[in-house]
Amino acid sequence: MDSIMEATKVSFSYEEEPDAPLVLDGVSLSVHRGEFLAVLGHNGSGKSTLAKHFNAILLPREGRVLVDGMETTDEDRLYDIRQTVGMVFQNPDNQIVATIVEEDVAFALENMGVPPAEIRQRVDDALRSVGMYQFREHAPHQLSGGQKQRIAIAGVIAMRPKCIVLDEPTAMLDPRGRAEVMRTLRELNRNHGITVALITHYMDEAAQCDRVVVVDRGKLLLDGTPREVFRQVDRLKGVGLDVPQVTELMHELRRAGLEVREDIITEEECAAELARLLEGSGR
Amino acid sequence: MIKDITIGQYFPGKSPIHRLDPRVKILLTLGYIVMLFVAQNAWSLGLGIVFGLAAYLLSRIPLTMIVKSLKPVVPVILFTAALNMIFVDGETVFQLWVLKITREGIHTAVFMAVRIICLIAGTSLLTYTTSPIALTDGIERLMGPLGRFHFPVHELAMMMTIALRFIPTLIEETDKIMSAQKARGADLETGGLMQRARALIPILIPLFVSSFRRADELALAMECRCYRGGEGRTRMKQLQMGPGDFAASAIVVGCIAGVIALNLLIP
Repeated sequence: MDSIMEATKVSFSYEEEPDAPLVLDGVSLSVHRGEFLAVLGHNGSGKSTLAKHFNAILLPREGRVLVDGMETTDEDRLYDIRQTVGMVFQNPDNQIVATIVEEDVAFALENMGVPPAEIRQRVDDALRSVGMYQFREHAPHQLSGGQKQRIAIAGVIAMRPKCIVLDEPTAMLDPRGRAEVMRTLRELNRNHGITVALITHYMDEAAQCDRVVVVDRGKLLLDGTPREVFRQVDRLKGVGLDVPQVTELMHELRRAGLEVREDIITEEECAAELARLLEGSGR
Repeated sequence: MIKDITIGQYFPGKSPIHRLDPRVKILLTLGYIVMLFVAQNAWSLGLGIVFGLAAYLLSRIPLTMIVKSLKPVVPVILFTAALNMIFVDGETVFQLWVLKITREGIHTAVFMAVRIICLIAGTSLLTYTTSPIALTDGIERLMGPLGRFHFPVHELAMMMTIALRFIPTLIEETDKIMSAQKARGADLETGGLMQRARALIPILIPLFVSSFRRADELALAMECRCYRGGEGRTRMKQLQMGPGDFAASAIVVGCIAGVIALNLLIP
């Protein structure tokens, strides 16, 4: 299997003492090239800590993390790793550096020492790929939350990373902003072949991904397609997570004794299943 | 509303003055200051005034802005004028007890006042026509050579940029905190000076705490985008001197020469 990021038995603690509580406890996860992965987990499950291991912000205490074949502990490859895996955070206000949109998108490239003409080209490309080209001369504070987050994504995309890791990028956005960001991410994944690892606690976002992993108490609990993961309603509820509303509805109907599919994750499927059920009972 | 505060008093525009390279504009402003101080008589100072007015007209900044920029320095101007009038020796025009006002004193006072007015108006034109970011950029590049003496030029410019970037964000946040504290019954508008100062504490503390958190997150985001200081850094926007910059420089140099010539010709 061709993986772009691979964590093997990673353990980590924020404290130095050997008996301090582990935030990550032997996590192994391999993210495949080109996939759209969702990482689920409630607060304090260790999902953000895991994310920070993928671009060498944090280094594992035990185990190893490989990014496109590079060991994250290899200091000589630090900037190669950070160019390979771009990182987007929760609060868009706290990750925009410059006072003009295009200057901010150029920030990473300027740091990397790219020649000016090429920076211009790559900034324009990045802004177009997130649909923010017409805002290039705006000041960040004039933009909406969703737009700011797309600028932050453009700032990372400009590095031409193979993968982007997003740590709850939609948590501070309104529904429209969330939809904007999700659409942008899907396009980047589909049209530009960028691997996306999305940390989220919105189940409907996770349902749109190729693969879902659930992290709980520093361990990997579940791993599979959204259908495989969400049908385990009781297990998810046991670790304080929800399932998409339609999945829960099906689950409850089944418990009430009706013959319905359990692997339903979209509203369309749910509507079709309910229609089938009603027709069936009408006859 | 607290949000409406403008910073740097920049008036966006596309006039020839706006389009000058910020480095050139900073140097020319310094040139103008030199011009004003070189001027020794009414004629040469007059040339300085004409030059200043011409620059304002060319920039299409309303002339009322000159008045606005002078408001905060009126006390300084009056104070220096008064001192000059009293302390310059010469032919007495008017005497009140020990205070003598001399002809030379009046002359010096008016001269200095005009000079200061021109100075403030001229330097204000720089901030009126240059965006804070362009100004920062210009200063960074002008100070570039100092980097060789381990002067942290890039770091200072980066700090200025981040400060400018966060001013609107922090103003918005202050607004929010103020509303939140008011909703809890905080009284910010009444009481004496001490009481009001004390009322600011519940606003400043949350603002400080959140600023530190923001700084932490920003530093992390910058690291993720390969930030490693000024070394080996390139810039997307290269400053380029155009014909306008050379023409403006020539005009300023010409005016300084004119001022010197007038000084010599008319004693």
